[in-house]
Amino acid sequence: MSTTTTFGPDREYQAFLAQKRFMIQRARATGAHFYYPRIAEPRSGALEWEWVEASGLGTVYSTTVVRSKSGNHNVALIDLAEGPRMMSRVVGLSPESVVIGMQVRARIDVLAVLFERVTVEAP
Amino acid sequence: MELLAQASLAAINDAGLTIPDIDAVFSMLPDDPWCAMSVPEYLGIRPKLIESTRTGGSSFQIHALWAALALDAGLCDAVLVCYGSNQRSSSGGFATSGGTEFGYESVYKPRNPPTSYALAAARHMHEFGTTREQLAEVAVAARRWAQLNPDAFARDDLTIRDCLEARMVSDPLTVRDCCLVTDGAAALVMTRADRARDIRHPPVYLLSAASAVWHRNISAAPDLTITAVAECAPRAFAQAGVKASDVDVVEIYDAFTINTILFLEDFGFCPKGEGGRFVAGGAIAPGGRLAVNTNGGGLSCVHPGMYGLFAMVEAVTQLRGQAGRRQVAGANIALAHGNGGLLSCQAVTIFGTADAV
Repeated sequence: MSTTTTFGPDREYQAFLAQKRFMIQRARATGAHFYYPRIAEPRSGALEWEWVEASGLGTVYSTTVVRSKSGNHNVALIDLAEGPRMMSRVVGLSPESVVIGMQVRARIDVLAVLFERVTVEAP
Repeated sequence: MELLAQASLAAINDAGLTIPDIDAVFSMLPDDPWCAMSVPEYLGIRPKLIESTRTGGSSFQIHALWAALALDAGLCDAVLVCYGSNQRSSSGGFATSGGTEFGYESVYKPRNPPTSYALAAARHMHEFGTTREQLAEVAVAARRWAQLNPDAFARDDLTIRDCLEARMVSDPLTVRDCCLVTDGAAALVMTRADRARDIRHPPVYLLSAASAVWHRNISAAPDLTITAVAECAPRAFAQAGVKASDVDVVEIYDAFTINTILFLEDFGFCPKGEGGRFVAGGAIAPGGRLAVNTNGGGLSCVHPGMYGLFAMVEAVTQLRGQAGRRQVAGANIALAHGNGGLLSCQAVTIFGTADAV
């Protein structure tokens, strides 16, 4: 992270990631999830929230291939099954093969949540 | 700063004023967070009022909004709104204008700003069937306007095919879908209508201004196909007492080709999702159905990091009837829009001639 905090949700999120856990916040009053980590739920300002383990399931909302001389990589926006949207990368396939609507599942890489395509097994 | 000062002196002179007549300075320099003090110092102005709202390319529409209120309230009598950047000669790349990196995105290495706009373009294509050819139409139309503007930076011929075959930056946007990286400066002087009657040129009137912010980072945008223009444009039209169909000249912040399509929709020039089809067939090029970005825009005229003030200058130039070969005949109402950040801050100004007041 570019901003280093010594305590607070930002720091706690990073600590969970270091333990290979993808945690998001849930407002106690409404049960609505939010991401990225904040001290209060946006809009309601609710300070009563808890960390919950994200299911890791999501859908690609949009996707692009970032082109550079050192190689191309995917950048995508993922709508988590719990509701919030996040930026990430879909990996494990060519960056051009990632499409909007693709079902993906999170995996934790060095202090970042990445996603892989969910493949449906033949019955 | 030198470019900003040149533009400022030209604007003050154009208004028939001198530096001591200016009593408010609304300024923006991309790499100087203290420009509210350094610009007055450089020009030798002791302003009663300063303003430096910093919302990227939309800063200047917001400056105009506060300038109008300050003039109306009698806080000041003559406002200089100014900008300058030597981004091309100093770095040759996109100016980032500072700011704190957002770690929840930067870890994935988006190449911003193009990547954020590319994500919006990809989503628009997915939802509405917008094509890369339609994006290219925007770039080609801008270039054809630029070819009528001797001050435009990029004036060579550009075809749809050139755009489609250009180097990809962040899919689906190629380098031809991205704005220029140029140097440049612009400035405006604003005063009250009663005072403006005595100055050198027939004045152009600011009919309304409005802004809206919905997010900062693209991952926090609620819907990548709808911008905050959908919220602030109705306010601006209502305040000016005009409709989209009354607007003769449309200056839209075209940092990327998808911008023109998104904003034409959100201003109501066409229904949501129809922007790609609306611009097809040269419809926004010279001689088309709507005069859009008549100076060549950020895509072909000038884009020194923040373009919003250039859109306002072109709107005023058109309404003064001084646009030469690119003049839109009988232009009475012009819209000049600013976009800041990553589709983040939207701001609009609507200008009119004396006939429109």
